[in-house]
Amino acid sequence: MKTDIILAGVGGQGILSIAAVIGAAALNNRLYIKQAEVHGMSQRGGAVYSHLRLSSRPVASDLIPFGKAGVILSVEPMEALRYLPYLTPDGWVVSNTQPFVNIDNYPDVATVTAELQALPRRVLLDADALAAGCGNAKASNMVMLGAAIPFLGISLQDMKNAVYAVFAHKNIEVAQVNAKALEAGFEKAVQQQ
Amino acid sequence: MHARLLLGDEVIAQAAVDAGLSGIYAYPGTPSTEIMEYVQHSAEAKERQIHCRWSANEKTAMEAALGMSYCGKRAMACMKHVGLNVAADAFINSAVTGVGGGLLVVSADDPSMHSSQNEQDSRYYGNFALIPVLEPSNQQEAYDMTSYGFELSEKTGIPVLMRITTRMAHSRASVTLREKRPQNKLSLPHDPRQYVLLPVFARQRYKKLLATQTDLERESVTSGYNRFFDGTDTSLGIIACGIAYNYLTENFADACPHPVVKLSQYPVPKQLVAQLTAKCKKILVLEDGYPLVEGQLKGLAAHPGFTVCGRLDGTLPRDGELTPDIVARALALPVTAPVHDVPKIVAARPPAFCKGCGHTDLFLALNDVMKDYPKGYVFSDIGCYTLGALPPHLAINSCVDMGASITMAKGAADAGLSPSVAVIGDSTFVHSGMTGLLDIIIENAPVTVIISDNLTTGMTGGQPSSAYGKIEQICLGLGLSEERLKVLTPLKKYHNENVSALREAIHSKGTSVVVFRRECVQTAARRAKTKQP
Repeated sequence: MKTDIILAGVGGQGILSIAAVIGAAALNNRLYIKQAEVHGMSQRGGAVYSHLRLSSRPVASDLIPFGKAGVILSVEPMEALRYLPYLTPDGWVVSNTQPFVNIDNYPDVATVTAELQALPRRVLLDADALAAGCGNAKASNMVMLGAAIPFLGISLQDMKNAVYAVFAHKNIEVAQVNAKALEAGFEKAVQQQ
Repeated sequence: MHARLLLGDEVIAQAAVDAGLSGIYAYPGTPSTEIMEYVQHSAEAKERQIHCRWSANEKTAMEAALGMSYCGKRAMACMKHVGLNVAADAFINSAVTGVGGGLLVVSADDPSMHSSQNEQDSRYYGNFALIPVLEPSNQQEAYDMTSYGFELSEKTGIPVLMRITTRMAHSRASVTLREKRPQNKLSLPHDPRQYVLLPVFARQRYKKLLATQTDLERESVTSGYNRFFDGTDTSLGIIACGIAYNYLTENFADACPHPVVKLSQYPVPKQLVAQLTAKCKKILVLEDGYPLVEGQLKGLAAHPGFTVCGRLDGTLPRDGELTPDIVARALALPVTAPVHDVPKIVAARPPAFCKGCGHTDLFLALNDVMKDYPKGYVFSDIGCYTLGALPPHLAINSCVDMGASITMAKGAADAGLSPSVAVIGDSTFVHSGMTGLLDIIIENAPVTVIISDNLTTGMTGGQPSSAYGKIEQICLGLGLSEERLKVLTPLKKYHNENVSALREAIHSKGTSVVVFRRECVQTAARRAKTKQP
């Protein structure tokens, strides 16, 4: 198997936690992985991304070439659009619909949604609302990861185990809320497909 | 041995711990910060009592590492590329003194300037100091080469530089750890004059360093990190340095038709390059950063019919980091045209101050005072507050190197600029601002130095600041009189008071220091969460 994923969002929205969970699951499934992250200045509310590559064979480049990402997984709608040139012709965009507005010139939200709706293969959901329903609005990143599971080549159960592995050191309740958020996102994606 | 999923920085840290490291010395700087942080959080490092406190700057870090090496122990100094400029005096001279215990210097370059003011290439420093440079191509190699670096340093008696770039520092992969080695025992140099660089001894040491060069080149051939891979299509030969080798492999899916030299260790091994040039009359050099190898190779290409291409002839862009797509174009391979473009509505989202940040209250007050003057009177420095150069504040007019705000403000005042204001953070002030303030105080130069004290090293993620609790004592100790020092709290409710206090300082004659002190909102939030005092 081989899955190239672009993770997108705004600094502070938790895309590195998404990467950590996928990484733990991939390691358990004995997959090769390379994951390039953005640290430093951009983490102060700027656009951030991560290139995440899973494969049953060794991965060469830390960066994904243009047109080679099977999935764009974004926790923010405009950020999903920013990385479209990376998407393969049959790739999926999985995005949160709730904008994170921290700039004055943020585009009209309806136009952003329309751009996403116009994509042939996309899963769009209000992750913030779903996460709040699970008990913590901050778990919207795990909702989004759940929604991407059908396209990642890792099972829901394996991903859930990884959530527990990553969050268990905080406390069991945090892990449980995140696992619940993961499931909620997964179910929503299955409905939409 | 078990596999772990680690960042390139973390791999180097774990490898150093496993290789019997006794001390790591560093100043935070993206993309190198996580090396020290990993050791600080490692239970194993704690158990082994490895020294892992931040240094005041890269020079003190480099010198402390040399001191530990003098005692026969393995030491590491880590920094971002521009940090090596700060440490350069100690770094270059450590090649002449040589080492006792293995001394590994890690410099993390930032091609494309993701978080830096330039994209200088640390490999030139290795060349300049006449020491070996290691440039791992992947995380496992970074692990293995760290351990090898300490061995090489002890074997050759000189420091070793490891050069990584942002993509290696901040990319995760699974890595297999190897056997652990105990730390070296304390031992002093056999030759009591080794570290005394008086000209009479330095000349001898320098000859020894020059004589070592042959051994270094032999190591570059035999270590196994540089390899020649034969290929059938000799119309082009390729030299791929460090992670550029991955981009080559990515494009040929493990079966490159051209002969290739994979280069991860310097000095450049002439023997391996000769194998390539014997077969190919055209050589493409893939290297992240500056065209170091390409430039060296041009010497070989003096005769007609032999070409070297890369960043110098436009085959590759002269600046910016390499990517698989850029390498594909240089190889004239078909590049997948993107199906989708970025929609026009997508707006840039630059980094910004956090909500409630104390720096913003400082800039609001400063802009109120400076509205009576045209733009151009405020010098600043390196940290989160550099964002004050952008809208909405547009409050500062310079950012050059650590500490330069204070000394540039002095030079400007000397030139007749009045008022002349410097804005510097607490950690940057103790890194390289204190000595400049001494210059100002000695002349009572008409400069107002504003120290924006957020009680941490904020930009790199909130590491402890060496300035903590010491700023007033430092300023007074440097000779500032008490009435020329003010401490204010950057909060909206104090805005008017802050404006008048700052105005008074800026309008008064002679040197003044105004400290704006309020904790970074990020570290305050983290502290509240973990309920630390």
